[in-house]
Amino acid sequence: MAATAASTAEGGNPPFRIRGTLTITRAASIQREIDAESDPLTIDLSGVERMDTVGAWLVYRAVRDRGAKVAGATPESQSLLDQVAEFDRPVQVHPDEKSSVTRVIAELGEWIAETGRTLVGLLGFFGATLVAMANLVSRPKRFRWNAVIQRFDVVGVRALGIIGLMSFLIGVVIGQQGAVQLQQFGAEVYTINLIGRITVRELGTLMTAIMVAGRSGSAFAAQLGTMKITEEIDAMRTIGVSPVEALVIPRLIAAVIMMPLLAFWAMLMSLLGGGIFVWLDLGIPPLTYIQRLQEVIPLTDLWIGLIKAPVFGFIIALAGCFQGMLVESNSEEVGLRTTTAVVQSIFLVIVLDAVFAVFFSSVGWI
Amino acid sequence: MKGCQPVIAVKGLANRFGEAVIHEDLDLTVCRGEILGVVGGSGTGKSVLMRSIIGLQTPAAGEIEVLGENMIGREEDEAKNIRRRWGILFQNGALFSTLTVAENVEVPIREYFPYLKPPLLDEIASYKIAMGGLPADAGPKYPAELSGGMIKRAGLARALALDPELLFLDEPTAGLDPISAAAFDELIVSLQKRLDLTVFLITHDLDTLYAICDRVAVIADRKVIAVGTIPELLALDHPWIQEYFNGPRGRAAADTAKEHAQA
Repeated sequence: MAATAASTAEGGNPPFRIRGTLTITRAASIQREIDAESDPLTIDLSGVERMDTVGAWLVYRAVRDRGAKVAGATPESQSLLDQVAEFDRPVQVHPDEKSSVTRVIAELGEWIAETGRTLVGLLGFFGATLVAMANLVSRPKRFRWNAVIQRFDVVGVRALGIIGLMSFLIGVVIGQQGAVQLQQFGAEVYTINLIGRITVRELGTLMTAIMVAGRSGSAFAAQLGTMKITEEIDAMRTIGVSPVEALVIPRLIAAVIMMPLLAFWAMLMSLLGGGIFVWLDLGIPPLTYIQRLQEVIPLTDLWIGLIKAPVFGFIIALAGCFQGMLVESNSEEVGLRTTTAVVQSIFLVIVLDAVFAVFFSSVGWI
Repeated sequence: MKGCQPVIAVKGLANRFGEAVIHEDLDLTVCRGEILGVVGGSGTGKSVLMRSIIGLQTPAAGEIEVLGENMIGREEDEAKNIRRRWGILFQNGALFSTLTVAENVEVPIREYFPYLKPPLLDEIASYKIAMGGLPADAGPKYPAELSGGMIKRAGLARALALDPELLFLDEPTAGLDPISAAAFDELIVSLQKRLDLTVFLITHDLDTLYAICDRVAVIADRKVIAVGTIPELLALDHPWIQEYFNGPRGRAAADTAKEHAQA
């Protein structure tokens, strides 16, 4: 059922006859055949059994652009032709294109402006939460205990398993790597110093913060972002409930309180993991291990680890909630903001960790 | 209805969500070339019926035939042939939020005819957008930038992308202002006439029922209790039908329809 050019007419071009179906299924081949015909063109539709709007469009376009004539159209095909003609309006399909140079410059400028806006916005958001907290302190009855307790469960209790396992394995890895290196100097007993100090002072808190950022920071951003899209947050505002008070503060408090507890748990599990390793591999019995830990870990190490934890928790919750509240339009943005929240909070946590490291060393907590 | 060529035939359909029975022994036939309105109180399962017919919801029992093909227990490959022949406008548009309006319209075309060249694809998209009654600058816009009425029109343009024989509309005029709603009704009627569509229309809008529906199916008590033209339905003695069409809104819509007919 191919479209064929029948050579019937004398003089001029023979009419281009289309037989069978003139629909989207054959659109590509029919378009090629029409393009191959030379002007002046007559299209004979008398053999068409079925036509759809795409077929009509192809014929109409030949009429519009090349002045082709149409013959043998049934009333139905004529009405389809009229119809596509009616809807032939200039409609913009693609966004306006810019040259690549201006686009790159524009994107760079936008990125810088966006980064600036984000920083200012984060500061503003920080201020808004402080104001909300001050309000809560003056009217403690409005404090949402239930929401906070629920967040304790989600952020803290449910993270115990994964953070415990992760920390235990980190303890084992530090013990194993430390032992391998220190054995070369016959100083494998110092593995205990290594495990004790690095986990309590640094890794316990840092790894917990990274895990909480991935687990809870992302959840905060996604939850608030989805609530923005479904207009729940707008509804809250119109009822007179402050979203910062109802949604952000409970999450902030939960993160600030849960982080030190989780960090302490992570330290214990790392010490346990390291202890089991040195017991099995180096043959240091648990009692000796604990005794050595007491001797080599100064109490200030524990303070350093525990002081950092709530600050990290605050940063994680703040970044997560802030990014969630920035969601404006669609579901893709929720994903984007969630990613940004995690990246931002982990980055800020590591920057702050460096600041803390320098600070505590310089105040003599070595 | 005489000479009815069934496009959709539902027999003995049952749907349950846990304990809740939505449909029980529901029968419905939609004939070729008609606009069938489906009405019913909130929660009577109008949308569930539509979801069952288009295969988004597997019914607990019953037979569903669309365009002569059995819809239940089909392979995905077979179902594709049917999906090509219908267009669906969801209640909230269900436009793909990461694609522009033009790209949304092109999605079904690209899926079934991947070898079409981009220029032709753009031309098709552009007149489908015009056909849906959208303004000329709507093509490159994202759904988030559109108003409610424009989202419905863009959804309609996407539903029409493959020249369907059968069009499902789930509350097309809900949330539109009366002027846009009337314009949308007119658009559907004119498209239906020109493209020889069969339309399955779920609506709460009495004006729409009077203005464009050939027949109306009433869902109540978990089944279709009556199908017919509005005068036929009015002759029935069912309390819900009487209340629906003879309530204050029903009367007002009937009056408007009369005035319209006289004018």
